[in-house]
Amino acid sequence: MDALEIARWQFGITTVYHFMMVPLTIGLGLVVAIMQTMWHRTGKQEYLRMTKFWGKLFLINFIMGVATGIVQEFQFGMAWSEYSRFVGDVFGAPLALEALLAFFVESTFLGLWIFGWKQLKPGIHLACLWIAVVGSLFSAYFIIVANSWMQHPVGVEMIDGRPVMTDAWAVFTNNTALVAVPHTLMGALAVAGGFLLGIAWYHLWRRRRDGIDTVDADGNVVPGEADIPGRDRTDHKVWIRSLRIGAVVAMISFAGTALTGDLQGKLMFEQQPMKMAAAEAACHDGTGFSVLSVGNLGSGNCDDIVALIEVPGILSFLAKGDFTTEVKGVNSLLDQYKADYGTHLPDNPIYGDRAGQEIQYVPVMEVTYWGFRMMIGFGGLAALAALVALWVTRKGTVPESPWLMRLAVFGILAPFGANAAGWIFTEMGRQPFVVAPNPDLNGIDQVFMFTAAAVSPGVSAGELLTSLVVLTAVYALLLVVEVKLLVKYIRGGIVSAMPELAHSPVDENGDATPGGKGGPGPGKPADDVLAFAY
Amino acid sequence: MELLPTIWFIAIAVLWTGYLFLEGFDLGVGMLMRLFARNNTERRVLLNTIGPVWDGNEVWLLTAGGATFAAFPLWYASLFSALYLPLLVVLVALIFRAVAFEYRGKVDSDSWRARWDWAIALGSFFAAFGVGAALALTTTGLPLNANGDREGGPFAWFSWYAVLGGLAVVCFSLLHALAFLALKTDGEVRHRARSWFVRFLPVLLLPLAGWAVSIQLLAGKPWTFAAVAAAVVAAAAAWFLARLGAEGRAFAALGAFLVLGSASIFGAVFPVVLPSTLSPEFNLTISNASSSDYTLGLMSIVAAVGLPLVIAYQAWTYWVFRRRVSAAHIPEAHSFLPAIAAKAFTTKG
Repeated sequence: MDALEIARWQFGITTVYHFMMVPLTIGLGLVVAIMQTMWHRTGKQEYLRMTKFWGKLFLINFIMGVATGIVQEFQFGMAWSEYSRFVGDVFGAPLALEALLAFFVESTFLGLWIFGWKQLKPGIHLACLWIAVVGSLFSAYFIIVANSWMQHPVGVEMIDGRPVMTDAWAVFTNNTALVAVPHTLMGALAVAGGFLLGIAWYHLWRRRRDGIDTVDADGNVVPGEADIPGRDRTDHKVWIRSLRIGAVVAMISFAGTALTGDLQGKLMFEQQPMKMAAAEAACHDGTGFSVLSVGNLGSGNCDDIVALIEVPGILSFLAKGDFTTEVKGVNSLLDQYKADYGTHLPDNPIYGDRAGQEIQYVPVMEVTYWGFRMMIGFGGLAALAALVALWVTRKGTVPESPWLMRLAVFGILAPFGANAAGWIFTEMGRQPFVVAPNPDLNGIDQVFMFTAAAVSPGVSAGELLTSLVVLTAVYALLLVVEVKLLVKYIRGGIVSAMPELAHSPVDENGDATPGGKGGPGPGKPADDVLAFAY
Repeated sequence: MELLPTIWFIAIAVLWTGYLFLEGFDLGVGMLMRLFARNNTERRVLLNTIGPVWDGNEVWLLTAGGATFAAFPLWYASLFSALYLPLLVVLVALIFRAVAFEYRGKVDSDSWRARWDWAIALGSFFAAFGVGAALALTTTGLPLNANGDREGGPFAWFSWYAVLGGLAVVCFSLLHALAFLALKTDGEVRHRARSWFVRFLPVLLLPLAGWAVSIQLLAGKPWTFAAVAAAVVAAAAAWFLARLGAEGRAFAALGAFLVLGSASIFGAVFPVVLPSTLSPEFNLTISNASSSDYTLGLMSIVAAVGLPLVIAYQAWTYWVFRRRVSAAHIPEAHSFLPAIAAKAFTTKG
């Protein structure tokens, strides 16, 4: 592997990893904020418990997103200095604005939320969480604006060989970003939905296994109470409600990803036709959608790909919204790309050893074809599972089957898989460009960059390999730690997030537990120095 | 005179200074977890002084990095790629440190806590040292060619200035943390922090002063020499104020030392942002490394609104958590698992 390939692996690994934490942070943050709002409005104990429990898992995960996010910002300069020099005028701004306008908000107000349970008035404490959640949404927006500019550069003019921003409005309202943002947010909610569903299922199952909850002759649940802190009737409400919220969120978010994904697909057929043709392994011009294609997808050309099952009209529908318009396939696009952007990389030192090499315009089709299908498949599976789960639990609890419980828990991974597959598809589908050319704007058709030109010329393969190995090892280690901690807290149940339940009996006037059992609402702010302590 | 690049040079100097001021004490507190705290309760006192704020402080680093990318892409690209391995160390250090804060208390075991305590202490040390080294090198220079790429291999960045800058930030952070602990804690920790502050101030400020003075000798201007002199006065004031027991004012005086020292350094190198040690022709300056006026203008408007807002709500956070923390406030570690892991359940109802 040369420096470029190592740098690409590193960016891929660190980004996919980072984006395991991020959607859970965004999705779960929103859900926890809604739970706390419910508690604030109704004063019901189950909502407080939900807030505390899911909030704890949220924080265990949040910190990993924070820790791995810094790597993302630094590695543009470290490993991709030519890219940074080329795009800095337009690409740096959304990153800087993300830090200044969004991440500051998120970090500061989350700190207030974690530690401020007693220092802040309940309404203000709740507002802090909402502000942090809104911060995370803006954070996603700015990052996707930056990414969308790589997919579809707008708002710039070429001056002295570099794109210079001339229209910030165009950059920040890039239509690529406007559809990618809701698509990504819906994908994040799907992750949160599956997470809630799987974990709540586990707890309902455990209550049945332990004989706490039983079912009557009609199959309706009879919630019981064990003489163990936290495992009371309220506990049953916590889990069944969490499960239903999770299932509904999962279904809504799948519908959302499908709708926004459709818009995004139609846009991509115009903006990056090769990516979409490769996603469908559509070699020849036509209208048919491949349900299953075999052959050597990785060969870089279409000669030996056979579409075993093809549905006529569907590809046109995905691309154009009708069933008849011919969609250009890989073969005719290839000629077009060669004519527009050359057949060989120029003899320029910026390309290093690759100068003069033939350009591979067709992305790795195994990845685009299967990535696209895995994204949709995992997403659809999760939504279907959510629908089934709602039906199965309509009488208030889950079946006793340990296998169904395991399925629900493993199902947590499906939306993560869909998110990862989607990003891998869209980023690898953009190759060989790091900044894809924008076919709409003739005036700036030189605004593109081959990935081969983007890597840092002064950085050796050895340095890149060192960082790849170190970061991958650190990430793997921390993933083990994070999952272990999550499992520990999940198994611990509500008490793990509310130790006060175990240590002091719930006080009638609501002092020991803010809000108290069925109390009037959040407790009055006490002047304890530490409502929460590390 | 190039107005917008100058404004952004100042803005980036402000962001770095803000970072060193705020994260300075939490990096220092991190190192003091092993150097200063004597038992688990004291470590938790230390941690909880920075608990609500460290993450917000760290965003100053991201903002400084992001603003450099946006305002001076060539500076960002050359500096970050030339310092590839040192910045990798900083990243790994920051990752472990961040995770350690959150995970340290999540398992009730001494060996678990000890491991994360080391992660916090070493993570803080390497982050401080690496950032200091990088900042020193951007003022003293790197072997950059005409394209702004490093010549001479993975360790060509090394110079004694890197060591000086690294030590400068490590030592300043330690001192700043002692001032912060004296201000934010009560009881034994407070008194010990204050006496350590008075005892170690002269030696801990030496490397930063050394860096500021070397830069003056390389590229000083009359006003930056004056700033160094004023910084020395501020340091002396911090020492006397701490001796008198005026913890808040001592902390402020040390802050003034940092601001003046930082101004003297950035001011001296201006308008060069990253000198090349190979040839002055290859120096990156505010004119040849900056973004277009359009981009800088846009960023100026956003920053003019955004930065005061950040300062306001971060200040509010410090106000909310203004109470001193002491050993008496630290709740017991929770061991909830035995309760729930018990298999034998008695059900009622």
